[in-house]
Amino acid sequence: MAMTIHVDIVSAEGEIFTGMAEMVYAPAVMGEVGIAPRHTPLVTQLKPGEVRVETEGGKEMLHFYVSGGILEIQPHVVTVLADTAIRAADLDEAAAQEAKRRAEDAMANRTSEFEYAKAQAELVEAAAQLRAIERIRKGKRG
Amino acid sequence: MAGAKEIRTKIGSIKNTSKITKAMEMVAASKMRKAQNRMAATRPYAEKMRNVIGHLFHAHPEYKHTFMIEREVKRVGYIIVSSDRGLCGGLNNNLFRKLIKVLRVHRDEGVEVDFCAIGNKALGFFGRVGGKIVSQATHLGDAPHIEDLIGTVKVMLDAYTEGTIDEIYIAYNDFVNTMTQKPTIEQLVPIPPKPDEELKHHWDYIYEPDSKEVLDNLLGRYIESLVYQAVVENGACEQSARMVAMKSASDNANSLIDELQLIYNKARQAAITQEISEIVGGAAAV
Repeated sequence: MAMTIHVDIVSAEGEIFTGMAEMVYAPAVMGEVGIAPRHTPLVTQLKPGEVRVETEGGKEMLHFYVSGGILEIQPHVVTVLADTAIRAADLDEAAAQEAKRRAEDAMANRTSEFEYAKAQAELVEAAAQLRAIERIRKGKRG
Repeated sequence: MAGAKEIRTKIGSIKNTSKITKAMEMVAASKMRKAQNRMAATRPYAEKMRNVIGHLFHAHPEYKHTFMIEREVKRVGYIIVSSDRGLCGGLNNNLFRKLIKVLRVHRDEGVEVDFCAIGNKALGFFGRVGGKIVSQATHLGDAPHIEDLIGTVKVMLDAYTEGTIDEIYIAYNDFVNTMTQKPTIEQLVPIPPKPDEELKHHWDYIYEPDSKEVLDNLLGRYIESLVYQAVVENGACEQSARMVAMKSASDNANSLIDELQLIYNKARQAAITQEISEIVGGAAAV
């Protein structure tokens, strides 16, 4: 029997593939890599492309599309941490700016939802007070 | 009898309320199941990620990442995961209460705090308390996606890299089971080293293109995946807490209805008795 290597392909939102393989091909940033069993430990980034897995017996070739991610290799285990989102430094930066802006907006304007949350908190307080008053009244009567 | 009609109206309105809470309970129950499935789906990624990070700690990279180096703490960041909506029992309040205690300790030590709010409730609460919210993400919906969190988390990580904050914590509700949600506060950065791991021999990965770039990417993703998992877990907590809260609300409504029904029946009976005695009295007088 040919030597095999364990392959896990996972993304943050779910497991994609797990099983044994004779050979794995992945699109690393420096060029495609082919991984055979007993490969030396390696960590690399992936670029968008196809991960191919040659399953046991070499009969089948499975194809998985990844939009990037991380590839980690141990002598008997290959782990593909696939991205579900499209990543790029400037995209991430834009998202960060957006999150910051939203927080600043919420802090500065204190409008709509912010006000709503505040009003709701006050409402809960008022309701609790009313309930307490009612209870005191009932207690006096009884 | 004067009270009979009012009691009847009250029973009617409570019945309507119980219908609503019953419906919410059932909706929450079905959403909870989905949220639990989602939680199970994210687990393999987090586990694999943890493995890789564990390996990294074994390895001896020539480049030590800032996320692995502890430094003196002057300012800390908190990522707070809460729900967008209320009516879920004490879920958010329990978390905030626990957090407030920790924050008091920080204040006594003279450590300043920045917040990153995920979910409307955290935003509202810490806005009201007067904390400094540096980033936020709300309306993630029932199926949160990791891309909605990237920016929010990056603000915090950037602040750490720049040296503005020296530690990052995450506060969320840990899903124990349907009845129990545990408010949890964990340290994210610097990544706490695992104590039981001993260094067996010196080895290191081959890094492509180079260790700095790969580690930057990998650790960023690791933190993101932890935050994402916390968000997903908090979602499951929210639904189960809502289900339990709504169930007890429906039960309360039902017992209230029973009580009122009894009072109503008594009032009705009293009215009839009174009428009969009036008729009898009238007949006797004639």
